Amino acid sequence: MLGKLTLSAIPYDVPILVGTFIGAAIAGLAVVGLITYYGKWGYLWREWLTSVDHKRIGVMYIVVALVALFRGFADAIMMRSQLALAYAGNPGYLPPHHYDQIFSAHGTIMIFFMAMAFMQGLMNIVVPLQIGARDVAFPFVNTLSFWMTTISFLLVNVSLFIGEFSQCGWLAYPPLSEQQFSPGVGVDYYIWAVQLSGVGTLLTGVNFFTTIVKMRAPGMTYMRMPVFTWTIFCTTVLIMVAFPILTVAIALLGLDRYLGMHFFTNDGGGNQMLYLSLIWGWGHPEVYILVLPAFGAFSEITQTFSRKPLFGYKTMVYATASIMVLSLLVWAHHFFTMGAGPNVNTFFGIMTMVIAVPTGVKIFNWLFTMYKGRVEFHATMYWVIGFMITFSIGGMTGVMLAIPAADFVLHNSLFVIAHFHNVIIGGVYFGYVAAMNFWFPKAFGFKMNEAWGKRAFWFWLVGFYFAFMPIYVVGFEGMTRRMNHYDNPEWHPWLLISAFGAALIALGVVCQLTQIYVSIRDRNLAENRDLTGDPWNARTLEWSTSSPPPFYNFAIVPTVHELDAFAHDKEAGIDTRKVGGDYKPIHMPKNTACGFLIGAFSFVLGFGAIWYIWWLAAVGLIGIIATVIARSADNDVDYYVPVSEIVRIEQEHSRNLMAAQAAE
Amino acid sequence: MKKKILPRLTKLVSLSSAVLLAGCTWDTLDPKGIVGLQEKNLIMTALFAMLLVVVPVCILTLLFAWQYRQSNTSAEYLPKWSHSNKIEVVIWAIPSLIILFLAVLTYQTCHSLDPYKPLEAEANVKPIHVDVVALDWKWLFVYPDEGIATVNQLALPVNTPVDFRITSDSVMNSFFIPQLGTMIYAMAGMQTQLHLIANEAGDFQGESSNFSGRGFSDMRFRALAMPADQYSAWIEKVKASSEQLDSASYPKLAAPSEANPVEYFSHVDAGLFDEIVAKYNDGMIMDKSTGKMLHVQQSAMSDMNMKE
Repeated sequence: MLGKLTLSAIPYDVPILVGTFIGAAIAGLAVVGLITYYGKWGYLWREWLTSVDHKRIGVMYIVVALVALFRGFADAIMMRSQLALAYAGNPGYLPPHHYDQIFSAHGTIMIFFMAMAFMQGLMNIVVPLQIGARDVAFPFVNTLSFWMTTISFLLVNVSLFIGEFSQCGWLAYPPLSEQQFSPGVGVDYYIWAVQLSGVGTLLTGVNFFTTIVKMRAPGMTYMRMPVFTWTIFCTTVLIMVAFPILTVAIALLGLDRYLGMHFFTNDGGGNQMLYLSLIWGWGHPEVYILVLPAFGAFSEITQTFSRKPLFGYKTMVYATASIMVLSLLVWAHHFFTMGAGPNVNTFFGIMTMVIAVPTGVKIFNWLFTMYKGRVEFHATMYWVIGFMITFSIGGMTGVMLAIPAADFVLHNSLFVIAHFHNVIIGGVYFGYVAAMNFWFPKAFGFKMNEAWGKRAFWFWLVGFYFAFMPIYVVGFEGMTRRMNHYDNPEWHPWLLISAFGAALIALGVVCQLTQIYVSIRDRNLAENRDLTGDPWNARTLEWSTSSPPPFYNFAIVPTVHELDAFAHDKEAGIDTRKVGGDYKPIHMPKNTACGFLIGAFSFVLGFGAIWYIWWLAAVGLIGIIATVIARSADNDVDYYVPVSEIVRIEQEHSRNLMAAQAAE
Repeated sequence: MKKKILPRLTKLVSLSSAVLLAGCTWDTLDPKGIVGLQEKNLIMTALFAMLLVVVPVCILTLLFAWQYRQSNTSAEYLPKWSHSNKIEVVIWAIPSLIILFLAVLTYQTCHSLDPYKPLEAEANVKPIHVDVVALDWKWLFVYPDEGIATVNQLALPVNTPVDFRITSDSVMNSFFIPQLGTMIYAMAGMQTQLHLIANEAGDFQGESSNFSGRGFSDMRFRALAMPADQYSAWIEKVKASSEQLDSASYPKLAAPSEANPVEYFSHVDAGLFDEIVAKYNDGMIMDKSTGKMLHVQQSAMSDMNMKE
């Protein structure tokens, strides 16, 4: 009846997990209690959980990403403290069974649920506004994508308290991840979480690709598209190419585990090398899926706060597009030491380092955007400058790893860990945080607190160098990744420094949480409110509408004549939001609970399959199919916003704007 | 005041650098064999080539940001300027040239340091053969020429090339002695090759560099590089062991164990390595010289249980 699920699956004998559970339960009850106390359930359901508004979905994505950051970072702190302690006979406080789950969960969560969710949140909030569209191409698919990601993250967290998570690393290499060596449910949790969130991500890719191709404002040719939109465009192409490979790889692993097949097993003609090839065929494009949008955000921020247009827009576009293509041709650099011949290794090594050329050009472009500008040291610019230096170093160590004969001694060492944290923290994370600070007023109508933003930056930057420069060193000292304890006295001091760095980063996270709190608390102060919709004197269309934008984004769809359309309109003195224009009824999608329901049923399907509770899995599957049929048969999915409603909203904004100008 | 501080400062700097360097042997950067040495030199060359551009970029970033800060109204401000062919040429050329240099270096070193390529040695030195089997969670080293085997201890004569054949009788691992150089994956049903040499005597750490499960952290061995006479004595010592590795004792050895102590086996069945490879391939192995599939002689190990 309950498959593999028994009472012994509840880890009540592990104090850390019991404590975590109590903490999570208290926090959860507090949230539920507050929502109930303020009577916000209806509001939450109608306005958020069932919303198809890309801006709200974007905000929810980022909320999920921040929760995932918190979870993933807690894992990181545990790993760093374990390695600071577990030296010379001291086993530390995390036995391998627990520690191996932590590093597997850390990687899985940070990539799939922190970075991917953050990135999808940013693209949701920004892209339609930036191209002058009123929504995405498939609004229902958008809410479905969000719920698939969210329930997958929930599934990973359920593994904390019911059963266990994978102990095979974030990519679950077989044969270790096969039934024979990992008979528990951990790998199954991994498989279902990755698979279900992959559905969401692939749909997002299709959705935004279509949106960018089909829904740009009149006059916005490809070479007039803002750089951030360009990077998202390339990212969506990569998602559509790469995520199916992930789906296939994980599906084949699932067939091995569930049906006893032999795709990647040791025996029966299985080939573990095939899995590595497939998983990295997705895995390497994936890092560019993450970093390209960060590059886009840095470009927008640098030009805005340097008070001049981006240097070499066309170069930037071509560099982005060439990175997109090249990133598909480099996957074998993740296994130079698997015995491939020198010619194969040479090819993949050189393709990898060629990516450094367009990336290097981008860095120079940002450099020359500041050149002869008027650089305002806004909090977001701190992240940009920190990124340029940190990412240059990370790129350099990446090229070192791209040389196969150098990788022969650095592969799988902590040097690799230091490298990818260097580019993922210094590139991806810095970029997303800068982007959050930059577009926050657009989403909410008030600015984020700068002082706490700068404090967060300094703790993150200094903490990063303390945490990961020593990791490069222990990599050179031959320490391999995923060790639980060690007795090499030369590693110990460096790992202590690294743990100190992690503590500094923890303060950075605290500063970020404080920043969010302070920003919300002070949202009504005059200097924090964004009444004009253009708090930074920026260049692109999203700033031409109010903050937060009306749900239809633009009362009149803007017409684009040049790159940086909004900057040109401002220079030409065109008031794009002149009230009383020739409004027409606006066609908008209706909110729907179907995305939420399919997500919920997918969770049931996944949970049932993980525990071999087949009737429950069947309930989930039937629920998904029934919801899809119901949704397909439903013709009441859209409506027109009447002109009177548009006039009301626009006049209200106009009054606010005039009040703001009068106050100045 | 100044007089006092300066010597103190120099003392502090020299002291701290001494502290930093004294206790340190950065294994990968302190190679004891020609393979590792060439790899270290390669890493250093690549690093310095790239620092040529990375350091200026870091300095320029800070310089431009400061020079063109908002409050510095005396700096030139070109609010429309966003393109320059000259600069474009330079910023494409600089990274391209460095990558071109590194690409040539990559091609050369991929071939010269190909782990499958036998190493050249002095005329009268014959390479020794070692077959490596990754087990849960220990390393089995078979010396086919001597008919002996060890667990978690690898002895090597100095200045003698070592030809490794590597496989796994469990999950994927990676065979790595940082101070000697190149690592190679160990995979069940497959046979990888590696050629290393120790040019100095020493006691080096050896490890698995691919996570393999619960006992991974203790899956370590010592690689002992020793002069020829000591090496012969070591062989004799192993041969004096009462333990033997045969069909009866192998499954016991292959069963999962953690932090396995060093073990010596005075006798090992010939063909053990091939049989471990072949049992995942329906009894077949590939003859590396001809590329043909051969049936492995079913010997005493035929009753060896396949781990399913």
